[in-house]
Amino acid sequence: MSMDNEQDFQGQKVDLKLWKRLFRYALRNKKALVQDIIALVIVAVIDALYPYLTRFAIDTFVNPGGEPSTNGVWIFGISYAVLILVQSFFTMLFIKRSGDIEMAISYDIRQEAFLHLQNLSFSFYDKTSVGYLMARMVSDIGRISEMISWSMVDVFWSSFYIVFSIVMMFVFNWKLTLIVLAVVPPLAIISYILQKAILKYQRAARKQNSRITGAFNEGIMGAMTTKTLVREEANAKEFETISTDMKKASVKAQVLSATFFPIIISLSAIATAVALMLGGAAVNATLSGLPYFLGAITAGTLVSFITYASGLFDPIQNLAGIFAELQSAQASAERVIGLLDTKSDITDTPEVAARYGTTMEPKRENWEPLIGEITFSHVDFYYKESEPLLKDFNLHIAPGETIALVGETGAGKSTIVNLICRFYEPVSGQILIDGKDYRERSELWLQSNLGYVLQQPHLFSGTIRDNIRFGRPDATDAEVAAAAKMVHADEFILHQAKGYDTDVGEGGVRLSTGQKQLISFARVILANPQIFVLDEATSSIDTETEQIIQNAITTVLEGRTSIVVAHRLSTIRNADRILVIRNGAITECGTHEELLALGGYYHDLYVHQFREDALKQALQ
Amino acid sequence: MKKQPNKNRALVLNALHGSKRYLLLAAVEVILAILTLYCTSYVTSYALDYVLLGDDPSLPGWLFRFLTAHSSITKTFWFCALMFFVFTVLNGLFTFLRRRNVSLASEQMAKKMRDVLYRHLNAVPYHYHKNVSTGDLVQRCTSDVDTVRRFISNQLMEIVRIVVMFVTALVMMLLIDWRMALISMVTLPILSTLSFVYFRYVRKYFAEADEAEGALSTAIQENLTGVRVVRAFGQQRSEYDKFTELNKDYRKKNVFLNRLMAYYWSGSDAIGYLQIALTLVFGVIFYVRTHGTPDAFTLGNIYLFVSLTNRLTWPVRQLGRILADLGKATVSLNRLNEILDAEAEKEPGKDLKDVSLEGDITFDHVCFGYDAPNDVLDDISFTVHAGQTVAILGSTGSGKSSLVQLLQRLYTTTSGTISLAGTPINDIDHETLRKNIAIVLQEPFLYSRTIRENIQLVRPDASEEELFAAAKEAAVHDVILQFADGYDTIVGERGVTLSGGQQQRVAIARALMQNAPILIFDDSMSAVDTETDAKIRESLRARRGKGILFLISHRITTLCEADVILVLEHGKLVQMGTHESLMQEDGLYRRIAEIQDAPKKGGEVA
Repeated sequence: MSMDNEQDFQGQKVDLKLWKRLFRYALRNKKALVQDIIALVIVAVIDALYPYLTRFAIDTFVNPGGEPSTNGVWIFGISYAVLILVQSFFTMLFIKRSGDIEMAISYDIRQEAFLHLQNLSFSFYDKTSVGYLMARMVSDIGRISEMISWSMVDVFWSSFYIVFSIVMMFVFNWKLTLIVLAVVPPLAIISYILQKAILKYQRAARKQNSRITGAFNEGIMGAMTTKTLVREEANAKEFETISTDMKKASVKAQVLSATFFPIIISLSAIATAVALMLGGAAVNATLSGLPYFLGAITAGTLVSFITYASGLFDPIQNLAGIFAELQSAQASAERVIGLLDTKSDITDTPEVAARYGTTMEPKRENWEPLIGEITFSHVDFYYKESEPLLKDFNLHIAPGETIALVGETGAGKSTIVNLICRFYEPVSGQILIDGKDYRERSELWLQSNLGYVLQQPHLFSGTIRDNIRFGRPDATDAEVAAAAKMVHADEFILHQAKGYDTDVGEGGVRLSTGQKQLISFARVILANPQIFVLDEATSSIDTETEQIIQNAITTVLEGRTSIVVAHRLSTIRNADRILVIRNGAITECGTHEELLALGGYYHDLYVHQFREDALKQALQ
Repeated sequence: MKKQPNKNRALVLNALHGSKRYLLLAAVEVILAILTLYCTSYVTSYALDYVLLGDDPSLPGWLFRFLTAHSSITKTFWFCALMFFVFTVLNGLFTFLRRRNVSLASEQMAKKMRDVLYRHLNAVPYHYHKNVSTGDLVQRCTSDVDTVRRFISNQLMEIVRIVVMFVTALVMMLLIDWRMALISMVTLPILSTLSFVYFRYVRKYFAEADEAEGALSTAIQENLTGVRVVRAFGQQRSEYDKFTELNKDYRKKNVFLNRLMAYYWSGSDAIGYLQIALTLVFGVIFYVRTHGTPDAFTLGNIYLFVSLTNRLTWPVRQLGRILADLGKATVSLNRLNEILDAEAEKEPGKDLKDVSLEGDITFDHVCFGYDAPNDVLDDISFTVHAGQTVAILGSTGSGKSSLVQLLQRLYTTTSGTISLAGTPINDIDHETLRKNIAIVLQEPFLYSRTIRENIQLVRPDASEEELFAAAKEAAVHDVILQFADGYDTIVGERGVTLSGGQQQRVAIARALMQNAPILIFDDSMSAVDTETDAKIRESLRARRGKGILFLISHRITTLCEADVILVLEHGKLVQMGTHESLMQEDGLYRRIAEIQDAPKKGGEVA
């Protein structure tokens, strides 16, 4: 899934099925859509009428070859103005509706995608980066909605304008029309080819742009090392080659797109010139009463033809541009649909959902209270089949018991935690909660009764109060304060300028790691879960906070079934049972004293840890 | 923050140095493009007046005389058609040239700005980078530069274009009929005022829509990064509700913004078209009223006026946007100048380049601090003799790292002198100094390139044997060979992520490659396991006597082998001696030694 964000379409075909599916989101807004299209058609028709008005004015009032007169010029002027006002009303309408549709599409797809993300399993999250998902959720969805709604404007306006212009021209003089239209097919083809090429070069330039960003990133992050190595000059030289490449790629893309205009207008000038030459000759013949192969043409018709001929090219360019753009947005569309179509590994069976409700619509009234007994029964587990992690793993945790898991990174501690939380499910075997396979109850039933504190505490933007309340949004302020007090978080909270209403910043940046941890403990206390999972942090915090946190842990552990991935000696020592996990199996199991007496891995680990702790303290 | 117009101008002009001629050429081409464009309108007007109706086509006398002299050619429609085509092609050509030159100028300018910024960010003192946010700097160096570039390439020429268009059209119209000229331009002031007012007014709503998008992104991001917390608390529903609120708000803000755009574009459309209608209707009236008089307003004139009005009206609607973009470009320039305002590193002394640095190192009453003159290091004095190994032990924040960083003059002392082989380091050119001192930082940075390039960074011409030797000394050779691409494995952002210990070892190999007489390890093996640590220490032992080696560590096994051990506490040198002598004294060293020795001595652990 670690795909490049700047994905290319590389000349892939436009997959109409895909766009049809996305277009269905637009169809949900039938009323707006109908108004949009009607407005566009009216605007296009009126646009195609303007040259006719000019023709009328010239032939009626100017009347070349005849007697000019201003009879009716005011009525003409007023009708003209009315037509303009009508058109501008519909212009307003189509802009409004297109915008409404764009926003409706992006709103709907985002809602759907977000909802979907709330149900996807961890096997998906573990191999998909947040950056990747963000790009889908924000830019891709935005791009697709814009594409769908505004390309509709181009399609409807351009095609109706072309059709009506041609109709008008045919009515005026069909022979001249056919001659003028001869340039349309080559023009359309050249437009399409050029626009595709332009998009390709623009992409190349964008790629260089991300190289520049990367180079700045490295240059700034490595600035200190660069100084120690006296690499300033060498780095700057290297950077200059990148910035030169970037310049070349951008200039190339821009120069190519600059060729578009002269080529297109030169082609279109042929049409206009032909209209002028033949039409002019025809008018001349008409005025002199001579026959001409185009038939009779008035001066007004000539002027209107010139206008039509030069006016056709904008819409043709637009239409050609849409195909090129559809191609380039293809990748975005695929990625969004891909996200929506991703299946979750863990889902409640229909029977379970019927009884316990879904994640979004839980039927809490049917939920049995959770007591907290956990049993692993012959559990096998792997993320990749070739790398088995747990084999025939058995473990029974009594309600209220505190279990400390110790062992090296990758030994399987986190896997056990993931399985207990039902972030993953056993490949074979069962995990029983209160004696019943947890798959027989809903995911939410278990997880609503779970408290989980991560190594890196994760806070959400908002106030301290919002964060503590996260697990129980209906808790009162007094309950929030009580929870904070229990873990002694209230001391630092009350020292903040706004107390509980202090904004923690994005991801909690305004707080220290220790403070974030205390808040996450208060959050758990308030949620009051039956099962508590703690992934202890290894990072060192100042002694004072460390002491408060240790007390907080003790408070939280009390009276709940607790599973702790433990690093702190105090936590380990206070556990009811310590499990040493090595290569996915329990190699030692017992209380602190028992394991120490055993003189095995735990003993060594403990001694080492003890030494490190002492050292840390001596150096503080 | 807003009062830097001179600086901003200087920055742009500097960056444009060498490419200003492109801009000048582009300006000329803008003018030529407009003139040829108007010529196409003139051709049609000429065709109607002269070729079709035999009237005076409102041309300058000399040109008209020339044309009538060759009337067998010039009084034909095919001649007009050809002229129309030629002028259109010329217009296309000049437009192309203009865009090409503008792109050359603006891209060259952007490149120069990027180069200057990059160079500057490498030239600022070491401590600058301790207090900045990488993301913010990168953002400025990329998008702010881009905003300025866009302004130069799009808006600047657009201003020139609109002004030239207006002036030429005005002159052309005035030469034909001043009353019609006024009528044809009567709405322009309204349109331009409207445009300024609108784009000013709408700015606030753009900002609001941006904020709404920001809030929406943040919510998604936090939900995704906090997915474990969300699930573990079973809060999917409340997260979904929160998201829905923000999504709604985002939609609402954008729909509103789009409404404003709908009003503006349709309203200005109406004014524009009304202007054209007005020109047409009055053109007709003028034609009829003056018909048959010597100064008659011709059919060609009507066409010309309508066509000029048409060309002039639409760009005017964009004027306000250009002004808004000017504001954005100014903000960007200010932000760039803030970076460039930081002073570059300077040579504090005599800037000596040819000095021998092989000899004793002396710290003579050295003080150093950030806020106070001595709040980091306070009156440090000691001497290290050539060939000695020095170990430094100290608690967190005792100034160990600062002490060795002073040696490379990454910081300068506030008072006191550090001398190398008798020369004060302030007098040594920083390049000479740093090349002779190899330092491995606590958190070394590896560049996003191959391992080979990383190790050979300071000596790209070194042989493969030297490379392998350094890697072996750093006990990283075997690890490297285990990678699929061996020494050609790319590390960092775009490649393999090395573990902390592996990174440190590659950095050690890089430092060893430097063959510098002074080598500093700033706690450089903290992430290396004890076994590997022992291996590296062994290879370092072989180097003993060849130069001065500084080791910052709190592993007694590392410390005890040193010739001199310095113990720092709160910026003061509190103990100095050998392992044997320090073990006799009561102090940090003995305490640490006892802790690390304790478990070996007996079971008194629980």
